[in-house]
Amino acid sequence: MSTATLEPRVHAPRNYLNADYGWKSWLFTLDHKRIALLYLVSITFFFIVGGSFAVLMRIQLVDPQGAIVQPETYNKLFTLHGVVMIFFFLIPSIPAVLGNFLVPLMVGARDLAFPKLNLLSWYIYIVGGLFTLYSTIAGGVDTGWTFYTPYSSTYSNTQVTAVAVGVFITGFSSILTGLNFIVTIHKMRAPGLTWFRMPLFLWAMYATSIIMVLGTPVLAITIFLLALEHLFHVGIFSPALGGDPLLFQHLFWFYSHPAVYIMILPAMGVVSEIIACFSRKRIFGYKIVAFSSVAIAVLGFLVWGHHMFVTGQSVYAGIIFSLLSFLVAIPSAIKVFNWTATLYKGSISFDAPMLYAMGFIGLFTMGGLTGLFLASLATDVHLNGTYFVVAHFHYIMVGGAVMGYLGGIHFWWPKISGRKYPNGWAALAAAIIFIGFNLTFFPQFVLGYLGMPRRYAFYPAEFQVLNVMSSAGATVLGVGYLIPLIYLFWSMRYGPIAEPNPWGATGLEWQTPSPPPTENFSKIPVVTEEAYAYAEQEAGHE
Amino acid sequence: MSDAEAHLPEHHSGLAHQFEDLEQQQESDFLGIWLFLVTEIMFFGGLFAAYAIYRFFYFAAFEGGSHILDARLGAANTAVLLGSSLTMALSVRSAQTGNRRALVVFLIATLILGGAFLGVKAYEYNQKFVEHVVPGLDWAPEGEVLARLAPGGVQHAELYFIFYFAMTGLHAIHMVIGMGLLIWLAIRGRKGDFTPHYFAPVEVVGLYWHFVDIVWIFLFPLLYLIGGRY
Repeated sequence: MSTATLEPRVHAPRNYLNADYGWKSWLFTLDHKRIALLYLVSITFFFIVGGSFAVLMRIQLVDPQGAIVQPETYNKLFTLHGVVMIFFFLIPSIPAVLGNFLVPLMVGARDLAFPKLNLLSWYIYIVGGLFTLYSTIAGGVDTGWTFYTPYSSTYSNTQVTAVAVGVFITGFSSILTGLNFIVTIHKMRAPGLTWFRMPLFLWAMYATSIIMVLGTPVLAITIFLLALEHLFHVGIFSPALGGDPLLFQHLFWFYSHPAVYIMILPAMGVVSEIIACFSRKRIFGYKIVAFSSVAIAVLGFLVWGHHMFVTGQSVYAGIIFSLLSFLVAIPSAIKVFNWTATLYKGSISFDAPMLYAMGFIGLFTMGGLTGLFLASLATDVHLNGTYFVVAHFHYIMVGGAVMGYLGGIHFWWPKISGRKYPNGWAALAAAIIFIGFNLTFFPQFVLGYLGMPRRYAFYPAEFQVLNVMSSAGATVLGVGYLIPLIYLFWSMRYGPIAEPNPWGATGLEWQTPSPPPTENFSKIPVVTEEAYAYAEQEAGHE
Repeated sequence: MSDAEAHLPEHHSGLAHQFEDLEQQQESDFLGIWLFLVTEIMFFGGLFAAYAIYRFFYFAAFEGGSHILDARLGAANTAVLLGSSLTMALSVRSAQTGNRRALVVFLIATLILGGAFLGVKAYEYNQKFVEHVVPGLDWAPEGEVLARLAPGGVQHAELYFIFYFAMTGLHAIHMVIGMGLLIWLAIRGRKGDFTPHYFAPVEVVGLYWHFVDIVWIFLFPLLYLIGGRY
């Protein structure tokens, strides 16, 4: 890769970006790479929407009395923040953007198995998003993102139906994406690309897709029943008719706990790619890392009851769920140890993607370990419903999933856009995000431990210092997120032209031009070695 | 991939650009529909789980509700749907053997049987309005109907009817979608789109149709045949 000649190009070669122009060529495209970009733009929009709700919340909590809004409005802010960030940003983030772009390239295929379904999934996502935006404008929702009954049924006077329909619809985009990935990975791998030669990102996508396909339909039927209850005023989950509110929680968490792994598994896949590339080493214990993704997907379906330790769930069910929740820590820890072992004696370079990956490992470990406090029956009684929970899942979802997503975007940006971004700015942004994140959420662990409950618009004055720290951190974090938005946008026009393989990475996606042509490969590649053959690559260069 | 050119139907009109050959495309289509059916099982599974829990809680009410339904109509509809599964299977067979005329005839027969099922279902739904046992919209059981529901508790019986309408309603929506797909297949079949080399769409829709039938096979006893009545 060091020998690549950089002649000034007069005519850019045909690629997926310049193959066709005009809005029709984008809105009716069947090219997985263009659909990935459609998703990239849409989820960025929803990230900004969800982020602005968070900004308002952090401003509110600067003052113990509540700085700007009434409690009713605050309830809507945290609900919409959760709904938008989870269903419209985190769940589609890596699968729908990086997965859509990379899965066909990594398996050495010309497209996903079902390109029309792929485009349909984006339209479904947009329609679901419009319902959610409508509900926001039409008065908001105040149930919390979990839509617990009876907040969402008997006692709700907000736009529950509109947002429920939005989430219901968006679920199908997730199902279609998962289905497409599973079929593509099974049936469209290039000659020689055996299961154990696949990059770990594909294993992660495969495990994620299994959760999407098995879990999302259950959320759909749950929301369907909720909407029936809401529309016809019949109490499926209402005790008035003998319905059971706990049943809603069981059905809801049967999807929504595995959904956490929809968010984190893809980020783990991204981190595996980055760690291998920037340590110039094969991933330590490849098969174990691959199987740990599948193990997380499977075990993830058996732990939902740990969200309900303090509800009316039986103690014995609680004990089993607690035990199973501890088991999920094993494959997660395996990954962390194996990444660390990969770094050992590697030739490490700290380019921007690697900074995000390192940040991911640290923050994910924090989030994972604090999860064990919540999986323990006794400590959960104290910590449940406090800011400790908020801090814990933000370490997983923001510290983990968003760091992984940004790391992936930085890693594959030269491939996606055909341009390079300024590495200094990228490194600076990664550092600011890491600092801002910890300043925002670490105080929340302390607040939760001290007993501050989540979801309140005001709090006792003794908690103010920690809350102000958290709000200050959120400001830093916001700046950190803004910087990549600016330089990535800038790089699309002014960035230096990227060569096909700027990082010297292994993997089929780096063997096509940057950006790739519409058909991905002029000739379907043949794979002759395992993934992460960095040692062989180095030997070949000497 | 050098020997890919050797395959006979290489540039068949049904071959999408992302596939190397029709065999790969067909395998992908079949895996895709089976996965889709898995999602459908999970979708209905959530509903069946909720049903099972409430039936366990309020068995007497569910039994009372069940006795309002006409099991003879349910049984007749079961026979109609099983018949439609047969004609669907024959459609797939006709597509595989390249019998265009038989394909269209069997698809239309399937369509007619599906329509008959929905007709009976519509009559049954109408009966529920007559008997005032439609939760939310028209819930005021009286007379003999009330007497049947009373032992298990009328409120809990309302829960039963919510599940009756949710389960059969979702099933009926699946039937309507399936019938739309049958019309699409019949038009394409008439044009001669399907050959012994390329019949995956017929088989894919067939699998979907059989799945919808199987859902009904479970719905019929769960909703119509609760408790000892016959």
